[in-house]
Amino acid sequence: MPILNKAIVFKQENCGDGLQKALNMKPIDILFAVRESGLKGRGGAGFPAGSKWMLASAAQSDKKYVICNADEGEPGTFKDRLLLTEFTEQVFNGMTICGYAIGAHHGFVYLRGEYSYMIDEMQATLQQLHNSGRLGKNILGSGFDFDIEIRLGSGAYVCGEESALIESLEGNRGEPRNRPPYPANTGYMGFPTVVNNVETLATVPILINKGVDWFTSIGTEKSRGTKLISVSGDVDRPGVYEIPYGTTIMEIIEMAGARDVKAVQVGGASGICIPEAELHRNISFEDVPTGGSIIVFNNSRDMLKILENFMEFFTEESCGQCTPCRIGNKKLLDGVFMIERGECSVQYLRELISLGETMQVASKCGLGQSSPNSFITIMKHFGDEILSKY
Amino acid sequence: MSDNAYKDRIPVSQQALVIENNEPEKIGGTINIEINGTPYKVPFGMTILESCKMHNIHIPTLCFHEDLCIAGVCRICLVEVEGMRTLQASCAYPITQSIKIHTSSEKVRKARRHILDLMISDHYGECYSCNRNNNCELQKLAKEYGVDFYRYGHVQEPFYEVDKSSYSVVRDMNKCILCRRCVRTCIDLQEVGALDAVNRGYDTKITTFLDKPLAEVICINCGQCINRCPTGALRANDPSDEIWEAIDNPQKHVVIQTAPSPRAAIGEEFGLPAGTSLTNELNTALKMIGFDKVFDTNFTADLTIMEEGTELLLRLKSALVDKDPNVKLPQFTSCSPGWVKYIEHFYPEYLDHLSTAKSPQQMFGAVIKTFYAQEENIDPANIVSVALMPCSAKKFECNRPEMDSSGFKDVDYGLTTRELAQMIKEAGIYLPELSKSKFDEPFGEASGAGLIFGATGGVMEAALRTAYELVTGRPVPFENLEVLPCRGMEGVRQASVHLENVKPEWSFLEGVDLNFMIAHGTANAEKVMEALRRGELNDIHFIEVMACPGGCIGGGGQPIPTSLEIRKKRAEAIYKEDEGLPIRKSHENPHVQYIYEKFLTDGPCGHLSHKLLHTGYVKRGSYIA
Repeated sequence: MPILNKAIVFKQENCGDGLQKALNMKPIDILFAVRESGLKGRGGAGFPAGSKWMLASAAQSDKKYVICNADEGEPGTFKDRLLLTEFTEQVFNGMTICGYAIGAHHGFVYLRGEYSYMIDEMQATLQQLHNSGRLGKNILGSGFDFDIEIRLGSGAYVCGEESALIESLEGNRGEPRNRPPYPANTGYMGFPTVVNNVETLATVPILINKGVDWFTSIGTEKSRGTKLISVSGDVDRPGVYEIPYGTTIMEIIEMAGARDVKAVQVGGASGICIPEAELHRNISFEDVPTGGSIIVFNNSRDMLKILENFMEFFTEESCGQCTPCRIGNKKLLDGVFMIERGECSVQYLRELISLGETMQVASKCGLGQSSPNSFITIMKHFGDEILSKY
Repeated sequence: MSDNAYKDRIPVSQQALVIENNEPEKIGGTINIEINGTPYKVPFGMTILESCKMHNIHIPTLCFHEDLCIAGVCRICLVEVEGMRTLQASCAYPITQSIKIHTSSEKVRKARRHILDLMISDHYGECYSCNRNNNCELQKLAKEYGVDFYRYGHVQEPFYEVDKSSYSVVRDMNKCILCRRCVRTCIDLQEVGALDAVNRGYDTKITTFLDKPLAEVICINCGQCINRCPTGALRANDPSDEIWEAIDNPQKHVVIQTAPSPRAAIGEEFGLPAGTSLTNELNTALKMIGFDKVFDTNFTADLTIMEEGTELLLRLKSALVDKDPNVKLPQFTSCSPGWVKYIEHFYPEYLDHLSTAKSPQQMFGAVIKTFYAQEENIDPANIVSVALMPCSAKKFECNRPEMDSSGFKDVDYGLTTRELAQMIKEAGIYLPELSKSKFDEPFGEASGAGLIFGATGGVMEAALRTAYELVTGRPVPFENLEVLPCRGMEGVRQASVHLENVKPEWSFLEGVDLNFMIAHGTANAEKVMEALRRGELNDIHFIEVMACPGGCIGGGGQPIPTSLEIRKKRAEAIYKEDEGLPIRKSHENPHVQYIYEKFLTDGPCGHLSHKLLHTGYVKRGSYIA
């Protein structure tokens, strides 16, 4: 499964030997390089990777951990799957470099349960890295030790949230923690832990190999580099595309062969719905940020049915811990059903949108904070259409 | 705010709250913040909630309980922190920077109201048919926030069957708001873990292992979950209807024994501050309600001291004189039925360490239907024996099949403080204004030693008052008989008393340091048991364990709410009452002397007392069939 357009960062010839280069550097220089590159978390939240690493590096502890978040669970997102199969070694090297930079000697890959079919090949790659001295004791003669362990998730969407992921790794029920403290300070088993998305980590060795200047020349001022986008829905060529930040949504869906577009869901179920009139907006942290998914809907689609699907997903996938998310999503779903039955007054719909706004600020973690996004944006752009239809 | 004893129970995820931003040098210092536009100084690392409480700014809470670790799940305590996109749960946010907080901005009020509306929409039941009516935190908040309609609807039908399987705890999950206080109580305070959350999303619920009825899983019946439930989802199994029926039946001779802890707490149910003792007013009320006799459980607490103390001395003799390798030391107290069930489940291999003496409740039960029936010439079949206890586990205890040594069910009903308060109110009585009256004969007097059983360390103190004097002929060497090392709220305490110039018959104890330990809350009991397992307690002779934090005064049948402060006040009330009593040592109780003269003629641990006042235990183990 290759990248369908012309790749920019994720090309084999770019990889070189980032690991060797990194190990020749001082850890602090890596930290600064990553910070200066402006690399931001590719999972969706966009926290600067360099800052996260620096926090973990500064934390006083005899044990630290690196976790690769490979719990790619956002509906419509499948770009990490590509990296884990095509750029497996770069993902692992990225973890090793992170470990070297922050002073960790142990890494985990938290692999989505549904990706368990990949595990044999990933283990084989780990073995190869061990055999070639690129993992384990005294990596490439640098004196630095690092090891990686693959752990499987069990199918909970919320475990993609970093603190729920850590709870799950510890053997607990996968539920997000209170923050602060953040994992960079108090993570796995209470030790400082960096949790990065697969794409973030895979970018690191390439960034080190090609240099910060090369990397910052791509993308926009606040969004450096490129983004892998999984495009699906009503398009001729669904798949993964690599785009520099700043690319418009229109450009992306044209690449994939979209026609008769009604709306585009950016960022999966937890993302926002962009109507046809706003397709000129671009993918970047300045405009429309995303974890990497675009779902295209053409004019034959019923937006309420799409919303019903999303809300059913969240009602089920909320961890059930905090009130706004556990009950709020159910109320939004019930609202969708009420609309379908023609029983929802305009006033109650306003109540529900207001509830959604509360959920965005009151929920404990990113799941509950983003789950009402689609309800709010679909109602904003397609409310009239929906209400006139039902 | 919370008891230091529980500090190490804080989950790993919250241990580092105060070293955020890698600024350990600031710990212990203060930090300038602004709350609602007014500047304040607060200790570095203190949560927003605590800081606001410190400055008398009210923030509503539900999942927060000061005895428990932080959950941050209900979200009702949200506040606005300037510069942050989302609202922050004030209970879970440690202040490490100079922040500006708004506790009742429009955004905050709207969010709280929505959260409350959501909880209410999912909370089945009408307040007037709920046993927590007027003492429900959800109801209180609904009033505070002026809830006057169901914004998001309201459940019309119960979804879950009410679990009444347990003698002690009734679970009505239709009223549960998933604050998880019960879960945290059961695991953090009690190390039992009978309850946990299962399923995800809207299907999340609090339940038992494999959804089994509570009676079939490992639950020690301590009822601590009830005391910390903000709503009516958890309650004790209430026998008051049956008791009313017995009272109304002229054929029945209904007697009640009252334990010391309910007497020190029942005033709270009538609006009095914690720590108001109403012992003698309660006697009047019980007579007015229609109980035929009112007895003082302290009498059998004194009896317990005689039996359990003698048992200890016998064990010491076997160990020190006869060098019997099979004698089990340390000896554990056995008056807390929650603790007894805990050790039966989790440490069955140590059951031989448990004193065979029954609890005061069960001793009284056996004495009432034998000695008392005989003395008063009443057919024991017509006696209904009620026990007023601070405890939900006592309900289970009186239903243990082996508790029938009188030939009948020794104690018919265990009644909690809350339930009795309800009965008193139903009878139209305002307890605090009643005249005082005494306990009934033939057990009219009890010692202060029996009284202090109610607080953690009390059994130990009472035992020392008697054992020391028995062995040396002199009173225990503490001013005013206050064995201070036994007192306090620390989770595990250890001390010793040196025995010298002993009486000739106890010469084997000359120069011996009597080493004892005290633990309360079964999480602390677990620490003791693990130390015992590691062989670290070989020189300890006697260990008191109470299942509930604070001892019986913090029992699962006591008035709600509970907190360390409240428990301390109840304990103070008990110690104060002890101070004023004429008899303060169990062995000096004339009724105790009388019963050994007239009835238990072969003395403590003799044949008849073994039959009536001692019991055996069940190796339950920690597997569920």
